[in-house]
Amino acid sequence: MRKVLIWVPLLLFLAFIALFASGLFKPDDRIIHSRLVGQALPAFDLPAAASDRPGLSSAQMAGGKPRLLNIFASWCVPCAAEAPQLMVLKQAGVEIDAIAIRDARADVDGFLARNGNPFARIGLDARSAVQIALGSSGVPETFVIDGAGRIAYQHIGEIRADDVPMILEKLRDAQ
Amino acid sequence: MIAEFGLAALWLAAALALLQLFLACVGLKGGKAELLDAVRPAAVGQGLLTAAAFAALISLFLRSDMSVLLVAMNSHSAKPWLYKFAGSWGNHEGSMLLWVTVMGVAGAAVAMFERALRRDTHMATLGAQAAISLGFYAFLLFSSNPFARIDPPPPDGQGLNPLLQDPGLAFHPPTLYLGYVGLSVAFSFAVGALLTRTVDAAFARAMRPWVLAAWVLLTLGITAGSYWAYYELGWGGWWFWDPVENASLMPWLAATALLHSVTVLATRDGLRAWTIMLAVVAFSMSMVGTFLVRSGILTSVHAFAVDPERGSFILVLLAIYIGGALALFGWRIGSVREGAPFELVSRETLLVVNNLLLSVILGIVLIGTLYPLMTEAFGHKVSVGAPYFDRIAGPIALALMVAMAAGPVTRWRRDRAGAVAKRLSVPAAVALLAAAAIGIFAWGRIGLLPYLGLTIAIAVGVASLAPLWKRKLLRTPLFTWGMVIAHLGCAVSLGGMACDSAFTVEKLVAARPGETIRTAGWTLRFVQIRPVAGDNWTGIQADMAVDRGGAPVLMRPQSRFFTSPPTTTSEAALLTRWNGQLYVVLGEEVEGGRWQLRIWWKPFVTLIWLGGALIALGGALALVGRERRGWLMKWRARTVAA
Repeated sequence: MRKVLIWVPLLLFLAFIALFASGLFKPDDRIIHSRLVGQALPAFDLPAAASDRPGLSSAQMAGGKPRLLNIFASWCVPCAAEAPQLMVLKQAGVEIDAIAIRDARADVDGFLARNGNPFARIGLDARSAVQIALGSSGVPETFVIDGAGRIAYQHIGEIRADDVPMILEKLRDAQ
Repeated sequence: MIAEFGLAALWLAAALALLQLFLACVGLKGGKAELLDAVRPAAVGQGLLTAAAFAALISLFLRSDMSVLLVAMNSHSAKPWLYKFAGSWGNHEGSMLLWVTVMGVAGAAVAMFERALRRDTHMATLGAQAAISLGFYAFLLFSSNPFARIDPPPPDGQGLNPLLQDPGLAFHPPTLYLGYVGLSVAFSFAVGALLTRTVDAAFARAMRPWVLAAWVLLTLGITAGSYWAYYELGWGGWWFWDPVENASLMPWLAATALLHSVTVLATRDGLRAWTIMLAVVAFSMSMVGTFLVRSGILTSVHAFAVDPERGSFILVLLAIYIGGALALFGWRIGSVREGAPFELVSRETLLVVNNLLLSVILGIVLIGTLYPLMTEAFGHKVSVGAPYFDRIAGPIALALMVAMAAGPVTRWRRDRAGAVAKRLSVPAAVALLAAAAIGIFAWGRIGLLPYLGLTIAIAVGVASLAPLWKRKLLRTPLFTWGMVIAHLGCAVSLGGMACDSAFTVEKLVAARPGETIRTAGWTLRFVQIRPVAGDNWTGIQADMAVDRGGAPVLMRPQSRFFTSPPTTTSEAALLTRWNGQLYVVLGEEVEGGRWQLRIWWKPFVTLIWLGGALIALGGALALVGRERRGWLMKWRARTVAA
């Protein structure tokens, strides 16, 4: 018994070395894609995050027409950077709803006053619970939701000016 | 010239390490005493040369010699001198130079001051230390040269990460490294003992002071690092289970277990194989931690230059040294006789319990840290957060604390359960009273784990003093005092943790100058917001007049903007009172001239670090006590002989 046990640490260590080597030589991919793409939105019902917009529930997202769901936060700098692109999309007739992550109403109001408000409804996800359920790992992220309330596409990171045509195309595809 | 001098010193040190290894091998194998005589001077020379190389690097940083690539990348002429100084190890190459310097100096110390070890084991230990050093010299010289020049030199440097521009950084990494790398001595001792087959009580007595010294420094370094993260990051937490933090905690857990098992080996000649295994594991955890942090295979909030080539280099070193030591263990430990047996109710049993629980916590932290890597190997992405560590490691740590209360009042070899229970009756009564009092006072406001934590902290605090009961305090040996104080420190620290997690009051407000905020019995008057400037930063500062019934005190949380590199940091304002800390962070400006303010009242949070300092103090007292007793005995023997 003792004879066998003596070699256990070495074997364990070799397993760790194999693990380390596999981690070291694997191509790096830090982008996490949601597993829900192609599936229905998880059910949620969030209170209003801003003073002049209603809250958001998953039922409202299945309105027959494709729309965008933007995940943002007032404390997130790239979110402010993508605000002009969201305004452009809104002016192109796209309906955009949003979820504010770990935020406070006064802060969201300030953010929208500074950066413009392209959103129809804004839900407050105070503990990131809905964000996690959506399979979103950061802010900003934008989901294309088809008319039946299914996630058609997930855009990770801010929407840049040259992403706008692609987003519009995804919305057309989701018809 | 200084850079070339430093590089030359490093090459010479590497050559001496090679010579030291060669002399020890050939000398031991061929039984040639004259070769072995040269091992100690070689080790001392190596220590001096590494120290000289490190001094050269510090001097380059202090002079802001921008023709040296490392200085240009990590320093800036406008920085205060303290951060130029600290900048020399606030980067990959510099910290690896610190690593080999600590190894070299520790090796020199073992060569000069170790007298208790059998000569052949001593030489084998020094040979092992040289062998480990060699790998790190190679790493430094071939893939992380700190003295590389840049031509033409840039007009000025790129600066140091502003988060690191803090007096805490001048103290915390070197201390941590002294402990972290100091454990290499225990590793070398274990290899030396395996090679010469001398695992016995005398060996344990020789190894113990080195383990204690490294452990004290590691404790201090972790405590200081935790406090630095607490006030510098401005998140209000004191431990984040970040991979870099775990990398320092894992060697500490192993070293703490080793410290206790080496005592069993020294006192009762038991736990032979286990002690050797722990000595190997402790420094292995230092190396694994370094690999995890430097290779970039785990994401961490700590910024280190990430480089897969360096990662592979360290991985190879890991495979050679740890794999080699474990293979040697498997091959040789069979020939080490089983140590002395002991009864079920004995201090040995409780120390075994301590070791098992510490090992389990170590395993939990290791698995939690590596879990993202394991699942990634199968194509899943996960991250393991604080709740896992708190929920799994927390209860085991509490069980460990209970064992800690019983250990010191239980006799070696054999004791009666009834007698132990009797000795623990006072702490047990205190525990019941405390449990009732906290229950009445805080029912519904306190979670189960903090509740148990606070109760156990109070009971263990009382129990830790039990070894002093009915003793003449002045005649109690210093190492007993050390144990008592270290155990008391654990209780104090646990009490702080429990209070912080149970009673912290957090308030997030958007306030305008002139407004008053009330929270947790404090009144904070937001006097004004004004610009401030330092040597290499500008910032804004909120002046807050703070009181809880007495004269107001001014608190000044700041938001600082550094230009090189361009970064914003928030400097939390802390107000320490006997029963806790008020912690104020200034956030961004929101609409209408309002500023975000995050305010925490953290009752008794300072006990966490006070406890850490007590643990280190206890270790230091034990070290001095043991060593002094050794000197006294030697001195008496000499006077008797004369």
